[in-house]
Amino acid sequence: MTNIKYGRDTYPLGKDQSVLDCLVERGAPVPFSCRSGVCQTCLMRAVRGVPPEVSQRGLKDSLKVQNYFLACVCHPTEDLEAALPHEVLSSVPATVTALEPLNGEIMHVALECHAPLEYRAGQFINLFRDPTLGRSYSLASVPQQDAHLHLHVRRLPQGKVSGWIHEELRTGQTVEIRGPSGDCFYVPGRPAQEIVLIGTGSGLAPLYGILRDALDRGHSGPIRLFHGSRNRAGLYLTGELRDLAREHSNFDYVPCVSGEEPAPGLAGGRAHEIAFREVADFKDKRLFLCGHPEMVSAAKKRAFLAGAAMKDIYADPFNVNAAP
Amino acid sequence: MTEKKLADWWTESHASLYAKLGGEAAVNAAVDIFYRKVLADPRINRFFEGVDMEKQAAKQKAFLTMAFGGPHNYTGMDMRRGHAHLVQQGLNDSHFDAVMEHLGATMKELNVPDELIAQAAAIAESTRNDVLGR
Repeated sequence: MTNIKYGRDTYPLGKDQSVLDCLVERGAPVPFSCRSGVCQTCLMRAVRGVPPEVSQRGLKDSLKVQNYFLACVCHPTEDLEAALPHEVLSSVPATVTALEPLNGEIMHVALECHAPLEYRAGQFINLFRDPTLGRSYSLASVPQQDAHLHLHVRRLPQGKVSGWIHEELRTGQTVEIRGPSGDCFYVPGRPAQEIVLIGTGSGLAPLYGILRDALDRGHSGPIRLFHGSRNRAGLYLTGELRDLAREHSNFDYVPCVSGEEPAPGLAGGRAHEIAFREVADFKDKRLFLCGHPEMVSAAKKRAFLAGAAMKDIYADPFNVNAAP
Repeated sequence: MTEKKLADWWTESHASLYAKLGGEAAVNAAVDIFYRKVLADPRINRFFEGVDMEKQAAKQKAFLTMAFGGPHNYTGMDMRRGHAHLVQQGLNDSHFDAVMEHLGATMKELNVPDELIAQAAAIAESTRNDVLGR
């Protein structure tokens, strides 16, 4: 007898029954549409147990490795504990171990978790100022390289959390974090594939993590990073990135400024436009897009039309306005 | 015919087409090509403005699975509900024709024999009135 645990209840799975049918029959609020494993409406995640491979067909690699599955075509032979994608975050306290400005508006925040947090570079966590006020920040750290979590927090106008992080938060203080979430990260495999990373502002945070993760895992194909800001003062980690480019012949770093004449070593224009000028064909390339939501959405579409496969486009659009 | 029976009939009578085309692998090969054509078409791409591209790609995959006669549980009612907001924005026969054109061109690009293209087109065509809310 196979059992499906969902929320506080455990349901025995009927013969030939899918996880979706089992849950819906008992009144569990799982959304669904096609019931054929294609529309991905009934996407769930196995918090315990391993979903059968068949139930992961068509999912992005980064979802597969996190045990996401399609409930309508999931016929497990072992017990599973299932959750909807937004239900799996757990809360952990973390102590601030470092706060250093990376430039005039972005703060590097290092956090030491009180319990081990399993994450992938490029995922994000929610950091809470108080139990009801939290914001999402991407992880720039790489689990196998960095002992603590690293965030790059850009100060938003009237930002209730970012302003507090910049002005009031102190080293040694403990905060509540929740996560990780997100599927914008490097998945080993196809090591010779070309990778293009495009980011604006603090969108560099996840890209910096993804880049170092890919290099660390021996990615051998070309990796190109286009990081953009309006002006030179908005760029950061330029020294570290240039060092990485010197150490790894397959990595190439292109800092871009769109609002002023570029100084030597910088490209003039918006990061994604420069990237599309230099990389004309996106066929068989893996693409990571992080930062301003308009840039992310425009670049996603353009890369797809330029031949990128939907499954090879990973994106993390940032909130750029202060939430009310 | 009731909706449930309609779906069953569809699955049974078109399962062989799906198999002939290569099943899920054929759908996987077609989805990006088809969706790229749809997004690049100025006649219809305004209907896709501002939608989550990834979710939309999954819907395109579901559409192709149905058009290829593969397993699906869509009913006329789903089709109506799913497209009602687009009908309000002016979705009409000319837009439906454009999608049909891309379906045919995608299959041609994948070297599908004309006879099978015609069968898939007939399945997609049979949803026209539901999609357009008539």
